[in-house]
Amino acid sequence: MSIATEAGRERQTARNGWLLSAPALFILTAGAIGPLLIVLVYSFLTPAEYSGVEWVFSGEAWFRVFWKTDIFDGTVSLNDTHLAIFWRSVKLSVTTTLITFAVGLPTAWFIATRPPDQRSLWLFLITIPFWTNLLIRTFAILEVIRNDGILNSMLLGMGIITEPIQLVFTDTAVLIGMTYVYLPLMVLPLFAAIDRFDMRLLEAGYDLYASRWAVLRRVILPIIRPGIVAGSILVFVPSLGAYVTPRVLGGGNNMMIGNFIELQFGQGRNWPLGSALSMLLLIVVTVALLFYVRAANTDRRDV
Amino acid sequence: MTRETTVEAKAVGKTFGHGTSAFRALDNVSIRIDRGEFFTLLGPSGCGKTTLLRCIAGFESPSVGTILLSGRDITAEPPNRRPVNTVFQSYALFPHLTVTQNVAFGLEMLGRPKAQVAATVARMLALVKLEAFAGRKPAQLSGGQQQRVALARALAPAPEVLLLDEPLSALDLKLRKEMQSELKRLQHETGITFVFVTHDQEEALTMSDRVGVMSAGKLLQVGTPREIYNNPVSRFVADFIGETNFLPGVARGGVVRLASGEAVAERVANGPVTVAVRPEQVRIAAAGTRGIPALVARCVYFGTDTHVHMTLEGGVEVVARVQSPPSGDAGFAPGAKVVVLFAPDSVQVLDD
Ligand SMILES: Nc1ncnc2c1ncn2[C@@H]1O[C@H](COP(=O)(O)OP(=O)(O)OP(=O)(O)O)[C@@H](O)[C@H]1O
Ligand SMILES: [Mg+2]
Repeated sequence: MSIATEAGRERQTARNGWLLSAPALFILTAGAIGPLLIVLVYSFLTPAEYSGVEWVFSGEAWFRVFWKTDIFDGTVSLNDTHLAIFWRSVKLSVTTTLITFAVGLPTAWFIATRPPDQRSLWLFLITIPFWTNLLIRTFAILEVIRNDGILNSMLLGMGIITEPIQLVFTDTAVLIGMTYVYLPLMVLPLFAAIDRFDMRLLEAGYDLYASRWAVLRRVILPIIRPGIVAGSILVFVPSLGAYVTPRVLGGGNNMMIGNFIELQFGQGRNWPLGSALSMLLLIVVTVALLFYVRAANTDRRDV
Repeated sequence: MTRETTVEAKAVGKTFGHGTSAFRALDNVSIRIDRGEFFTLLGPSGCGKTTLLRCIAGFESPSVGTILLSGRDITAEPPNRRPVNTVFQSYALFPHLTVTQNVAFGLEMLGRPKAQVAATVARMLALVKLEAFAGRKPAQLSGGQQQRVALARALAPAPEVLLLDEPLSALDLKLRKEMQSELKRLQHETGITFVFVTHDQEEALTMSDRVGVMSAGKLLQVGTPREIYNNPVSRFVADFIGETNFLPGVARGGVVRLASGEAVAERVANGPVTVAVRPEQVRIAAAGTRGIPALVARCVYFGTDTHVHMTLEGGVEVVARVQSPPSGDAGFAPGAKVVVLFAPDSVQVLDD
């Protein structure tokens, strides 16, 4: 009797829960899953003459993502252009993540070890770049690293170099730009993790004969791992889909996957191919994250 | 038996801060701790106990003076090179490691072979009776169990000296008593020198081979619990260790007399003195017999004992500790006239 009413009450609580979350669920479905479905459907359609799609089913776009046909003899081979762009994007994103981590960890540590009244000031300074439009910040970097920009003029003026260093329109420029843009996204979660870190554990480590390096590797890094995972995801995912930075700093030739997708919807006039590439990017990111998060958690269980 | 020194502090001083905000936490502290000894540092909060311990561990470097370990000067050595381990007040267990991994940490850092690490860890876990919890994380343990992990972790590398900074203060009374005897047993079984910090005087008296009493950065007295309790060198020590009656007196002609004129002790030097008597050494007798006349003010029941508060002529208060009779009522009504007597040789004369 009482069990029955309890179960009834539980059902009712569950129903109320669903009702309450209905608006959020609706927005999620309409706003996130809906567009994704459209992209998925478009990737199986035929490109129209100028732009858009014709409602005729075709696996051509997905085929073209991986394979290409020679225009003269019709032989089919692996599409190395697409793969090269994907590979470049992954490489640049991983490198960006590693650099932001290497720079962000000492920064976050510095902020977390300031007296509490100074911490908010430093955090505030870290977030200042967010106040300016990304495009403007990227052009500012261009201004700095241009051949006749601030950096080269200074080095030339001091006589350190005799020829300007070609940075703009190289992968290095893209890396500099992405590191600058995404660094705060690494610093903030790292700071949150270090802020929770009990500094007394450092002394416990030293007391038990650990060197500084051993304390970092065996005590600090494993404990702030959630911050490292969060920061890496926050940097890696947008890096992989970066559009503005490679466009402005990398020029037309150093495309990343984001630029290439844009090309298909614009000049390329091949919406299905753009859609298929977008879906592939999504799959790559999802799989990468699944592996990453799982590896991160397994490590913690085993170490 | 010859006594071998493990830790020695020579004229150690520690000043925090500079200029006007400078604060002297340790002032000319010299101490020798014997090998295998259970040595306790006792003193009120803020007197510098932790600072002295941190100087020995290497987390703090003394402003002046030297620290020796088995005769070797280690003042400049970093903590990870000193064969000294600490049981932290907060335990500071590694939250991401299991009990086994916590205990193995020091041994692994010393580069001991795997088999030896495993064997030592197993032995340590048996020593602190935590075999059943080997696979747990610190967050899944009770306070007392965490305490034991901290002990096992610090003992595992077999340090020359184990430093314990108020390791029992976070435990409830019953568990604390249990851990006190546990600690004594561990110290006995391992033979490691223990330097133990507490501000609980009973803990210090019951556990230690020797006690060092500190106040305001100075080491006031070092001695066995008996010496410290029965022959305190100053009013501060007498007051801090146990309860004491302090009575004003005057030494003249080789005899110390209370204000009432009663001669209570002998003393060569003349001048005003303080007479100290422990409450358990104060006897109460019926009014009219030989003794110092007093008036019962009130009785406080403590279970095994009853504290009888009395006032002497001139308003000085004296407390006597008498064993509670089976009825629980010591039989001293407030306002009753009595006389007090001090047990022979129980009176300490302290300079003012
Ligand atoms: N890093 C520091 N900077 C400035 N002052 C300090 C520092 N560490 C300790 N002190 C001061 O030195 C004095 C002694 O501190 P210590 O921690 O040794 O006391 P303690 O005897 O361990 O006290 P407790 O019983 O409360 O733990 C205190 O007055 C404290 O404020
Ligand atoms: Mg302390």
